[in-house]
Amino acid sequence: MTPDVVEFAPLAAEIFVLAMASFILVLDAYLPDSRRLIAFRLTQLTLLGAAILTWTQHQEMIGHTDRMVLLGGTYVADTMSMVLKMAVYVISAGVFLYSRDYLRDRGILKGEYFVLGLFGVLGMMVMISAHNMLTVYLGLELLSLSMYTMVAFQRDNGVASEAAMKYFVLGAIASGMLLYGISMIYGATGSLDLAAIGRYVAENGVTDNKILAFGIVFIVAGLAFKLGNAPFHMWVPDIYNGAPTAVTLYIGAAPKIAAFAMVIRVLVEGLGGMHADWTPMLIILAIASLAVGNVIAIAQTNIKRMLAYSTISHMGFVVLGILAANKAGYSGAMFYAITYALTSAGGFGLLVVLSRAGFEAEKLDDLKGLNDRNPWLAFLMLLLMFSMAGVPPTVGFYAKLSVLQAVISADMVWLAAVAVFFSIIGAFYYIRIVKLMYFDKPEDEAPIQAGFDTQMVLGANGLAVLALGIYPAGLMAWCAAALG
Amino acid sequence: MAFTDLVFYVFAGIAVFAGIRVISSNNPVHSALYLVLAFFTTAAIWLLLEAEFLAITLVLVYVGAVMVLFLFVVMMLDINLVPLREGFIRYLPVGIAVAGIIVIEMVMVLTARYGDTPAPVPKPADYSNTEELGGVLYTVYVYPFELAAVILLVAIIAAITLTLRRREGTKHQDPAKQVMVKRADRVRLVKMPAEPKK
Repeated sequence: MTPDVVEFAPLAAEIFVLAMASFILVLDAYLPDSRRLIAFRLTQLTLLGAAILTWTQHQEMIGHTDRMVLLGGTYVADTMSMVLKMAVYVISAGVFLYSRDYLRDRGILKGEYFVLGLFGVLGMMVMISAHNMLTVYLGLELLSLSMYTMVAFQRDNGVASEAAMKYFVLGAIASGMLLYGISMIYGATGSLDLAAIGRYVAENGVTDNKILAFGIVFIVAGLAFKLGNAPFHMWVPDIYNGAPTAVTLYIGAAPKIAAFAMVIRVLVEGLGGMHADWTPMLIILAIASLAVGNVIAIAQTNIKRMLAYSTISHMGFVVLGILAANKAGYSGAMFYAITYALTSAGGFGLLVVLSRAGFEAEKLDDLKGLNDRNPWLAFLMLLLMFSMAGVPPTVGFYAKLSVLQAVISADMVWLAAVAVFFSIIGAFYYIRIVKLMYFDKPEDEAPIQAGFDTQMVLGANGLAVLALGIYPAGLMAWCAAALG
Repeated sequence: MAFTDLVFYVFAGIAVFAGIRVISSNNPVHSALYLVLAFFTTAAIWLLLEAEFLAITLVLVYVGAVMVLFLFVVMMLDINLVPLREGFIRYLPVGIAVAGIIVIEMVMVLTARYGDTPAPVPKPADYSNTEELGGVLYTVYVYPFELAAVILLVAIIAAITLTLRRREGTKHQDPAKQVMVKRADRVRLVKMPAEPKK
């Protein structure tokens, strides 16, 4: 069976991103340093083009069927892949825009940053559309390899190099775990195709199949590492702290959406029949993440480290939605992953804007009196922090609510109570930032310089967090349709 | 016990031993050589599984190319061995305890039911798995295959980004300039009046 040319049409967006990334790579080698921004503009154009292609291909598909499995069952196009890819494009475009000035001020505005960023986006697209264990793994490695390099990008920065080394070694071990689990599943079911694995599980019963359960343990461990769930979270604070803030921004935003997609594809679409096995594992991950993330974050004085622990707790919430193992839980988790990526992009984006040449906004004290220095940015930070804490009417509240509703509907009220308890502890350190911004005197009077476009997009990002909180029905409807 | 079982256990035992020596050996060169041994025994096990193509590729690519390069690098680097040994004994008990627990758990889980899985039927002698691989690599698995190529491209970009440094003041040749050079650039004919004899 030779793949037809027609079969490649739905992959138009992936092919376009790959072609453009390669083009920018070659073009950038010939650009003088003064014209580096061309690479940046082409990158944004690529994301725009990919969004258009994804949308048109989806519209074309929706007329005939709502789900297409192509290329020997390795690629799937459905509503979930469309929604998640769109979210990845939008958030990545914002991330590249925020990091532009930061990179320029540090003399690392190079084409490679954008090329690797685009390859990372391609990796995320592959993960989102994966329908085979092999594709899941290859997409993950494509994304991870790009991210390892981006962390080490500032070569003369010792902390960043150490972070990259840790990330690389731990990431390789986690990939090994995932692969070992996949090999066990392959041994038990005889297939890497997620649909075939799903069929095997449905036909051969789920009771007492130790090999499948054994494989799931390793797969869950590997996935938990990539999501950044406790007790596999050790890398998160060090890498978030060590990487240049622009790279932390990249790592902390869109890849979380791809990691969510990976969990859904592998655990739900492939091994959904085994949910009695993986639900207890995810419960442990969720509780550990919520506890570790929220409690340890209180003790942090470095804001990047604090936000890293906050990521761990938020990923705990995403897992909470998935472990409910019902439609409401999956769509709630999807809503949570997308809105968290948006909030995280805004939060780290603000840190990038507050940094300037020779100065990194990293300490909590750097936020003191932000309201006196720039009330607009302080207000945006307030919105983002309230959203992370889950204060209505921001979107964080609604995201937490939808996940908790799903958990309660799965008869795990105690788990919802634990999640709320740790969220209340977590609210302390988000609100402490608000207090520092509004009620403390600034220590640093230097004016904040940010490009007009950066301020505009940052403003849109902050207000989107508010708007989605007031009117969540639109995005929620997409999430429900994607997993319906 | 069939003879193939005996062969399997011998090679598997050597592979495990070599794997342990890779991480416990103090000398990086020894570690690399033990890794070669591990690859060889794994290739032998793959031969037992009738995966001839993979077995030969493993030896050719990993032993023949990757590990030789690796040995070159290890021998060229002047590694101070003392800090490598530090902490090995200190962390050893914890490491052994964790590894032991994992091994015991895995044995308990795997011996319980794994024996039930039926053994695959051996293929006839003229069966070529190279042909089988060739048949699916560019058709059924074309998408993963292309992705693997993209990953290699990213690896190249990563390696060049992280290591290529343009330092000032290094002496290097520019072949383009060397080729384009004209006689006029190098030789200057100077007319000088002949010196009068003294």
